[in-house]
Amino acid sequence: MVRATADNAARGRIGGYDPPSVGLAVIRIGPVLMLVVVVTVISFLSPVFLTTRNVGNVLGQTAAIAVLALAQLMVILTRGIDLSVGSTLALSAVVGAMVFESVQSGPIVILAMLATGTAVGAVNGALYVYGRLPHPFIVTLATLSAARGLALWLSGGQPHRGMPDIVQALGGGLLGWLPYSTFLVAGLALLTLLLTTRLVWGRWIYAVGGNPEGARRAAIPVKGVLISVYVLSGLAAGVAGVITAGRLNAGSPTFGELAELDAIAAVVIGGASFLGGRGNVANALVGALMIGVIRNGMNLLNVDAFLQPIVIGVVILIAVELDVIRGRLEERFRVIQAVRS
Amino acid sequence: MTAAADVRMTQAHMNAPPALTVRGATKRFGAVVALDGVDLTVRRGEVLALLGDNGAGKSTLIKCVSGVHRFDSGSVEMNGVPVEVTSPAVARTLGIETVYQDLALFDNLDPAANFYAGRETAGPRWLPRGLRVLRRGPMVETTADVLKRLQVGVADARTTVGLMSGGQRQAIAVARAAAFATNVVILDEPTAALGVRESRRVLDLILRLRDEGHAIVVISHAMDHVMEIADKAVVMRRGRMVGEEIPRPENRQKIVSLIVGGDD
Repeated sequence: MVRATADNAARGRIGGYDPPSVGLAVIRIGPVLMLVVVVTVISFLSPVFLTTRNVGNVLGQTAAIAVLALAQLMVILTRGIDLSVGSTLALSAVVGAMVFESVQSGPIVILAMLATGTAVGAVNGALYVYGRLPHPFIVTLATLSAARGLALWLSGGQPHRGMPDIVQALGGGLLGWLPYSTFLVAGLALLTLLLTTRLVWGRWIYAVGGNPEGARRAAIPVKGVLISVYVLSGLAAGVAGVITAGRLNAGSPTFGELAELDAIAAVVIGGASFLGGRGNVANALVGALMIGVIRNGMNLLNVDAFLQPIVIGVVILIAVELDVIRGRLEERFRVIQAVRS
Repeated sequence: MTAAADVRMTQAHMNAPPALTVRGATKRFGAVVALDGVDLTVRRGEVLALLGDNGAGKSTLIKCVSGVHRFDSGSVEMNGVPVEVTSPAVARTLGIETVYQDLALFDNLDPAANFYAGRETAGPRWLPRGLRVLRRGPMVETTADVLKRLQVGVADARTTVGLMSGGQRQAIAVARAAAFATNVVILDEPTAALGVRESRRVLDLILRLRDEGHAIVVISHAMDHVMEIADKAVVMRRGRMVGEEIPRPENRQKIVSLIVGGDD
């Protein structure tokens, strides 16, 4: 025992662990730690913050971002990006509102909204993979513009009032103090978790992000995997469209402006890497919650609304800096491994 | 294995048809002739070194054999049976495993996930492959068994390979090939970028694979390593085979001059 401790000390270990691996473990739970700190600080400053009513409020406001973030995570895991989700959200809300004007059926409206999102996602995926475009940034930038334009054109630039009861419930209904949308998010998060960690397809998503050429040589259907994540991202934009339209009881072409940046920020705050193959569902949800909590907290504390984007920007920088530090620690970890072996 | 058994096994391998035979292989990339009528034969229990300067066509040859590229013309036989290697997936089913120079490992995955990438153990079988549920237990166990059998030490089997040293990573890539190759293991520069001690381990690992009866093709620029482990050295230049030698200290100079083409 004494010998082991001396041995550890000689190797610069802390309690049997190397400093880099301790650092890496801390960074792994970094997003959760950050959220805990932010929640603690705000709850001390504002007595209202942790009331059930306000928590329900935060969850309701975060639902759409969280759904977008779940899908954006899968896209980013494959080294991609989907900039079109905010516009797709608006397009699906507009389509839903206009379908509702002629067909008074909740399920059909929802189906139309989900189909709209999925269609945009399929276009993104197909153009990226079969159009051999250099980066999904370009394709989804184009559909960001086109889908928003289509939403404006279809709606005549005006919000269309009215959504079916079931859509309103999904967007704004409460079970006790918890919004229905929270259960929807929880369900989708569980599905995404199962897909990414338990199914072969999820393993392929990580493999394609970790080493695209290696994945091709390992006979993984790389094209199919890439298309699938954009289709899922489009579908998620449809779901976020349902939540947003239900919450506001309307379909407007101005919905979801810059929502794609919230989704990307959530994923990045959750520690995912733009280099692909790194990130997980729980942390992406934490990232989405972080954005919701910061906005809500600053509103409660009467901080100037213009300061909110600055704070969120700083949080993104901290998250990226943590990722840089992680890279350095991993390098040191490798060196230690090499010396020891 | 006793020496006698070793000899018997080698004789059995000599009498059997070669694990891999390539005949008259050609490959062009536009105007560039990468392979110009190449023949290659490798038997079980044999290490064949594929030598040549940069651009000689070594990498093109092995990429064609492992299904990444396709030959324009020529034939491939495995164990005496004609085959068409049309894709990396087909190469895998034929029992050809390749360790690429640029390490086709997934840094973000652990050793077991790397071993089984693209051939995951999963079920139930009636579902499409991608929708099957991963059976992690058997994959982790088999990986641990193979690593143990080949004496590849890994501190923690759950660590992603990105966190391992260059030597450990190369050993895992070689062990992965060994685990699934039923016919041929192809290694592209297996000791490049490795230290002396790490190279030693990888070379020992290759010899262990040979003793297990694999047919092995090694591309290497490290002449010392070639002299040590290869049973046969084949030299390529400008897309052609220009010589075949048994690597011995006395003909080392001859091999080197074949590579650089000093006799032109």
